[in-house]
Amino acid sequence: MVRYILVRLSGVIGVLLAVSLLTFFLMHAIPGGPFDAWALEKAQMIPQEIMDNLNAKYGLDKPVWQQYLLFLRNAIRLDFGYSFSSTGRTILQIFRDQWPYSIQLGLLTLAFSSVVGLGLGIAAAIKQGTWVDYLGTAVSIFCLVTPSFVFAVLLQFIFSVKLGWLPTGGWDTPQQWIMPVLANSLGPVLILQRYTRSSMVDVMRANYVRTARAKGLSERVVILVHVFKNALTPVVTVAGPMTAGLITGSFFIESIFRIPGIGAYWVNAIRARDYPMIMATTMAWTALISLTYLVTDLIYALIDPRVTYVKEK
Amino acid sequence: MTATPTALARPVVLQRRSSLATAWIRFRRNCVAMAALIFIVLQILVAVFAPFIAPYDPLRGDYTATWQLPGGKYLLGTDDLGRDVLSRLIFGARVSLSVGIVSQLIVVLIGLPIGALAGLLGGWVDYIVMRIVDILSSLPGMLLYILLMVALGAGFFNIIIAMAVTGWIGIARLVRGQVLSLKETDYVRAARAMGAGTRHIVLTHLVRNSLTPVIVSWTLGVPGAMFAEAGLSFLGLGIPPPTPSWGQMIGLYQGYIRTSWHLVVFPAIVLAVTMLAWILLGDGLRDALDPSIRL
Repeated sequence: MVRYILVRLSGVIGVLLAVSLLTFFLMHAIPGGPFDAWALEKAQMIPQEIMDNLNAKYGLDKPVWQQYLLFLRNAIRLDFGYSFSSTGRTILQIFRDQWPYSIQLGLLTLAFSSVVGLGLGIAAAIKQGTWVDYLGTAVSIFCLVTPSFVFAVLLQFIFSVKLGWLPTGGWDTPQQWIMPVLANSLGPVLILQRYTRSSMVDVMRANYVRTARAKGLSERVVILVHVFKNALTPVVTVAGPMTAGLITGSFFIESIFRIPGIGAYWVNAIRARDYPMIMATTMAWTALISLTYLVTDLIYALIDPRVTYVKEK
Repeated sequence: MTATPTALARPVVLQRRSSLATAWIRFRRNCVAMAALIFIVLQILVAVFAPFIAPYDPLRGDYTATWQLPGGKYLLGTDDLGRDVLSRLIFGARVSLSVGIVSQLIVVLIGLPIGALAGLLGGWVDYIVMRIVDILSSLPGMLLYILLMVALGAGFFNIIIAMAVTGWIGIARLVRGQVLSLKETDYVRAARAMGAGTRHIVLTHLVRNSLTPVIVSWTLGVPGAMFAEAGLSFLGLGIPPPTPSWGQMIGLYQGYIRTSWHLVVFPAIVLAVTMLAWILLGDGLRDALDPSIRL
């Protein structure tokens, strides 16, 4: 087991190296540097001498491969330096201040969509072909065809503009959480509902469920102990990467509802050519996603005794 | 009965239908999928003949009638420059549909041979392809899109390039899995035993039999690509104005939803209905092409 984890971890490091190389050179291939972007935003010309000095100060005048090696050396110590666009803040400070908003939004979304998605999926599987099943299908089709930014704007229109019930944005009071969480949970609800339903239906046809029924167990026990526990396994495999995606924030939701999370910072960093911020965020998310895949595989082995990563002798 | 001896001598052959014809007969019975197909065909016709159908010029504004609400002279209202929303939606279909269809065709053209080669050859080819797939799929979703769009610049062909670069891994993984499992089937072994060449086996047995999931995944990839185009255009990285696209219309006018809701709601509905049609078409095709499902 330890051997398996070590092999997988070295794979993660390989992926991180490849992704950093890819992103670093792609990023530097984009025309315009951080100070050009700054000048454009402020509609102000920067004299060439000052530009050269700035580039020299931040080491941007060196060949790209030297900059990459420097980045690698510092990144190993988790030193990503200062942000170019949020002046005076280090990347770590930005993460410390901004990420909690995205994590909170992500976890609230996860909680909400687990209740709705699992609930609808289980109900649809138990009562196949009834209105509950069709409701579940209707909800998941709605989630499938509606982009989250469209849903977010429509929610704002209905609940803030027309009805005046909820504030249009911000992240201080629980009232302000409702719409962002709703808009953010379209994808997760869809995934959880579909996977839970199909996995439950598969398990309900299994022979051991028929045996359980034949033994005279009550329907409650059959569903809770025999069906649900076994149907959960495939759901866990999709829930892991989904959680990683959720806590990295959403640019659309955060910018529409004016939430100061890390998702909006990241997209703006690409626009502002904020090299340290782009690199740090990309590396953090790649690491997070790869590690989640690893953890998911381990949990999979834990809850499904048929799965093992240790070769038998 | 006036059967001639020659006719009698011939064994009675059941009418043989090609698998494609059978699939079409099965598909036709599925009302929902047929409705989706008819909707998509109509929409493609509308996109192709947009100049003849659109009541107004989508780029030319009527400065005496800006911000018109739906109804009256302009059926779905006008935008900030007095441009007819209906005409812009009709011309927007060109961008959205062609981004969806063309990008997914390219994705299949790249992904299918790569996946088939990886599955067939195995060894180091397979190893390298799968590592590339690993790296690309552990990149955060929109990152590569956004980086590529910023690097290439907004525009129709650049969107298609960005989608091709990221999209082929799904098809490649799918085809590789199919080829790996088909390679071990009895009929492939039988074909090999009868002396069929690798070329023949790959083309007629492996690739043809993995086409069904590829077609289904293609129809489901089209709405995915339209979704991504809408997101990129919403960010201002997709189709540059004044050419209209549905996602771009939603993105440009989401700030004006208080006063001019029609500028956001109509493109949103059109986008949603179109995506639904493609998804239903994909579901219908999967049912029709899968011989193990009895309809």
